[in-house]
Parts: sequence; structure tokens; C-alpha cells
Amino acid sequence: MTTPPGAALQPVRLRWDWMVAMLAVLAAAALAGVTIGPAGLDPWQVLRELGGGGFVGRAAGLSETHRAIIWEIRLPRVVLGGLVGCLLSLAGAAYQGVFRNPLADPYLLGVAAGGGLGATVAITLAPSADARLLPVAAFVGALAAAALTFAVGRSMGGRSAVSLILAGVAVAAFFTALQTFILQRNAETIRHVYSWILGQLTTTGWREVLILVPYALVCGSGLVLHRRLLDVMSVGDEEAESLGVSASRVRTTVVIFATLATAAAVAVSGLIAFVGLVVPHTIRLLVGVSYRSLIPISAVAGAAFLILADLAARTVASPAELPIGVVTAFVGAPFFMAVLRTTRRYVA
Amino acid sequence: MRKRHLFRLFLTVVLLVGVACNAEPEDAASPTRATVADINPTTTAAAPATTEGPTTTVAATTTSEPRSEFPVTVAGVVIPEPPVAVISLSPTATEILFAVGAGDQVIAVGSASDYPPEAPVTDLEAFQPNLEAIASYGPDLVVISWDPGEVQAGLETLGVPVLVHPPALSLDDAYLQMRQLGAATGNSPRAERLVASIQAEIAELVAGHAVPERALSYYHEVDDTLYSATSATFVGNVYSLFGLENIADADAAEGFGYPQLSGEYILEADPDLIFFGCALWCGTTTETISERPGWSGLTAVRNAALVEVDDDLSSRWGPRIIEFVRLIGESLAAVAGADRQ
Repeated sequence: MTTPPGAALQPVRLRWDWMVAMLAVLAAAALAGVTIGPAGLDPWQVLRELGGGGFVGRAAGLSETHRAIIWEIRLPRVVLGGLVGCLLSLAGAAYQGVFRNPLADPYLLGVAAGGGLGATVAITLAPSADARLLPVAAFVGALAAAALTFAVGRSMGGRSAVSLILAGVAVAAFFTALQTFILQRNAETIRHVYSWILGQLTTTGWREVLILVPYALVCGSGLVLHRRLLDVMSVGDEEAESLGVSASRVRTTVVIFATLATAAAVAVSGLIAFVGLVVPHTIRLLVGVSYRSLIPISAVAGAAFLILADLAARTVASPAELPIGVVTAFVGAPFFMAVLRTTRRYVA
Repeated sequence: MRKRHLFRLFLTVVLLVGVACNAEPEDAASPTRATVADINPTTTAAAPATTEGPTTTVAATTTSEPRSEFPVTVAGVVIPEPPVAVISLSPTATEILFAVGAGDQVIAVGSASDYPPEAPVTDLEAFQPNLEAIASYGPDLVVISWDPGEVQAGLETLGVPVLVHPPALSLDDAYLQMRQLGAATGNSPRAERLVASIQAEIAELVAGHAVPERALSYYHEVDDTLYSATSATFVGNVYSLFGLENIADADAAEGFGYPQLSGEYILEADPDLIFFGCALWCGTTTETISERPGWSGLTAVRNAALVEVDDDLSSRWGPRIIEFVRLIGESLAAVAGADRQ
């Protein structure tokens, strides 16, 4: 990163103004997520139902089916979307910081492809295994991909942004090829895996949410606790060492947390591209380059972004659904380009 | 778009090529086969003992059905001689070929062709057909259901006529393909009789079902990620014969006809009947459907109007479509019976 030296060393505190604003956006997104949907329920009744009988009186006129739609389909989906968006944004921001590379993103680094391969292998070898173990298998694959990308990228010379991303693209291609090969050899699992490659927030009630919550807590708190160290890392390894920070240890820890976050998200929601790249960069443009603000605000903004993307995915073509990955890229890319053009002060 | 493309390939495999196959020729299969067999005596009346073995059938068909019409032009493809080495990479075409009496002219069928049992299955792949592998059999007619690249052009350079019979969109499409395969193999009269008998049997099944007092709605589940099929699809066409209303028709998406429905939309639409496929691949059962969050309150679940559909029967537009039509008729009868109680 060509951030002016010293800029990141300013004792920048968490930008509470932006944090509060993003929390408000998240609340609005979640509210829209639960009140709008193909089933055309009265938003006011949905709110009354969610508010519970104690406050505004239990919603009358809602059938059991409508209650099931609210509690078993919409609400878990909104929560799941929030968690996945939060994890992917956190992972993206962390990779960008730790590799000092603006293009670092779970996809370009090959980490998502590694997670996909790990999950595919697990589904193929043990189709009846507990779904809660899928993130673990994805994590093993993702970590292997991250290690390979970093090793190859470094051996290609220096810390150029290009070499790391080139390595990541090569690793992703290799892992994707392996995954395709395994799929071709195992026709009986192809259906299961393909529906998952599409990337979607499946709606099997609260099961996925419960799977994801422990990973989200561990990775989220791990990465948020490292936000100050990421600021120190941004000035360079040697400078960080001179400040008493072990750059390689911090890098390893952060990569493990970010990779686990990616793997968990990928394992429950499939491959949803673009979130890890766009959200942190947009937040960086808004609040500045300090990871003290960037990490927590990106987490909140990522959650809001994915909830809104999923809202679009299930309402634009209602009652049909769009793959959410299509929505994130379709909305995210032009938005990001617009932000880039209007904000000339951006330095990468 | 790549993912979309992949998915279409995948759907092609599952829905249309019909890899998801568990079709054993059970009792349900016998009426259709009987229908086909019924045709046999008339076709081979000149040689009554010929329905027993394939070799004698060759003699029967060649003697009883003059093939002077060759060369024939079928769907723009010129077939110079009566083919004696047919390759079918389409499971549906395989079923049709055997039903029109061209079974003995078939030398190889693709790996997904699992019916009828006597079909000469090879490891030729329909999903990614390999020109060289096909050509090495020395075919004089190749039938495929889709051409991923240059299969047709490539084989025609080698002088092999290729019929591309894409998934039928309606029963009329299916009948047309049956007639075309009959003409292409010199079995036109039997193909005509096959079409006539299917039409008659379907008409009888449809006429025989009690018309419910109100139009019943249904949801056809392609797989457990809630992909469905609209009335514009082949399966949808078949359901429409019975005047059923398809909840997936609310999807105005043009073209593909296989929308992925929102879970909450299905709950709100509350169909009277649920027909579900993918029992083998997805492990979908009446229990797994009943246990889905929120689904226990659905009319179809409470009335136990959940009907498992064999993916092969519903996705192939061949002679066994009668069995699918019969299944729908029986399901409607069961629902009507439950209503009266």
C-alpha cells in the first residue's frame, strides 16, 4: 500500500459516527429483509408478530403459515445473510491489511476455491457426515490454498501486489480444476455440490445459522482484536518489528482467522463473490485507512450489504429466486466503480 | 453467467438426459410394454413367430415393411440407406427406437440409456460426447438430444447423418420425434401406431379422471433446492392435461421454464398437491418434505397429497410418458377420495 508514511500511525480511533450510521443501515436492511418478500405479507403485521404479544399485541389475522414464513424462513435467512456478509467482509479487510494488498480478497487469493474443494471432497467421501463438519473440511482446503498462494506469491519475488494475486489466480484455477475433476468422477454428488456452487442462502430454518454462529463469534472477535496490529502492519514488516510486533506471527494468526471466516461462510452459503473486495474498499473510502475503524465498520456494512443483496435476490424475479452471487456482483461492481470515480483521493 | 451455464448443463443432465435413473421395469412398466407388444402382431403378421428374438425380428421388419422410401429426409437430415448401425446418446431416443421396432438396428446407446434393459449400453457419454469414440463404432445414424459443440457437424463430415432431438416442449413435439425416428429407421408405420396408441391411452386416462369441483393447484419439485417447472415445460404440459394449476406459473421468467421458487412463496401458494422428483439423488421423501420448517401446515402435507415422481418418467418424452400420466391420474383420484371422506 502506498499510504503516505505516518498516516496509519496517527492514533485514529474508531469512527463512532460512521459506526452508528452503519448500524442504522444494518437495522434498516434487516427490517426491510423481514418485512418484504414474495409472500406479500402486511409489513405492519410482520412487525407486530416479531415484536411479540407483550409490546404491541400479537398480530391478528396471521395464519400459521404466515407465522411459519416469518419465523422459519425470513428471519433465519436475514440472520444468515448478515452473518455471511459480515464474515466475508471481515476476511476481505483482514487479507488486504495483512498482505498490504488492495486486491486481496477470498476469491482472488484462491481461498474460496480451496474451501470449495475441501467441501466437495468431504461431500464426496462422506455424504452422510454431519453438516456441522462441512466448515471444517472447507477450512482445511481454504488454509491449504492460502498457504500455497502466499508461498508461491512470495517466492515470485518481493511484495508486489501483482505476484500475490497472480499466485492466487493460479491456485484458484488449480483447485477449481481438481474440484471439477472430482465432480466428474462422482456423478452422484454432482447435484449436491452444484446447487451449492451457485451460492445461495438456503432456507432450512435455523440450522445453517446455528452452524455459523460459533465460527462467526471466534473469527469476528479474533479479527476485531487484531485491528490495531493491522494498523501497525500497514507500515511494513521491518517497521512493525521495530515497534515490537512480530509481523510473521500476526500475519499467520490473522490469515488463520480470515481463512476460517471465509471457509465457514463458503460452507453454508456457497460461493458468493465480490463482498470481501467491495465492502472493505467502500468503507475505506468513507472512513479512512485505519483498521481500527475499517474492521468493525466493514463487518457491519458487509452484513447490511448481503441482507439487501439477498432481499433483491428473492424479490426481483419473484416468486423465482436469483443466485445471490449474481446480485452481489451486479450491484456491487457498478457501485464500486462509481465510488472509485467520484473519490479521487483514493490511494491503493 | 458461467455458473448459470454450469447449472443449465447440470439441469440438462438431471432433467433431460435423465442420469438420475432408478428405473427398473416394474409392474408399472408393463402396460406400456404391453401397448408396444400389442402393435407387434399387426406389424409382423406375415411372420407370427418373429416377436421372440431380435434376429428374427430383423427378418420380420425387413420383409413386412418395405423400405423403398429411402433415401429419406428427416428434419433436414438426409439418410441414404435404411440404417443398420444406429447410435443413440439420448435415453429418450433409445426408448423410442426400441418402441418403434428399430431396436435391432441399434448398435450402441449412451451410458445414461437404461431402458429398455436390452439396449446395448456402452460408456459413450451424452454429456460430453466424444466424436472419435462415436465414430469408432462405425454408425450410419446417430441420435443426440443436444449438441454441446460440433458433434453434428463433425460426424456429418465423416458422412454420418445426425439427428438432434432436443427435449420436447410438448406432447406434440414428442409425437413428432417418434414419427421422425420411425421414418429415419424405416419403421414409419409402427411409429404411427405407437403415437396413436399413446394418444388414445392418454385421452382415456384424462377422460377417466373425476373432474374436481374446483381447480386443484400443484407444485412440481425438481429438486430440494425448490427448483420447479412451469406449465411451459414438458412436464407442465402433461399436468395441464388434467386442468391442474401450476403455482410456478406466477414466475413470468421467459424461456427456461425451470424457476427456483422462494420457500415462502410455496408456503403462501399452499398447493393442493406436491409432486416431487429427485428422490434418489436428493433423498427427498414425504417425510423430509413434511419436516421442512413451516411446511407441516401445507394443505398437501396435511392431506398426504405428496407424490413421488420417478425422474426418468417425468423427464423423458418417450413412450413411457403414459406411466407418468397414469401416476397423475391416480394421485388425483386419491385426493378426490380424501375430499369426499
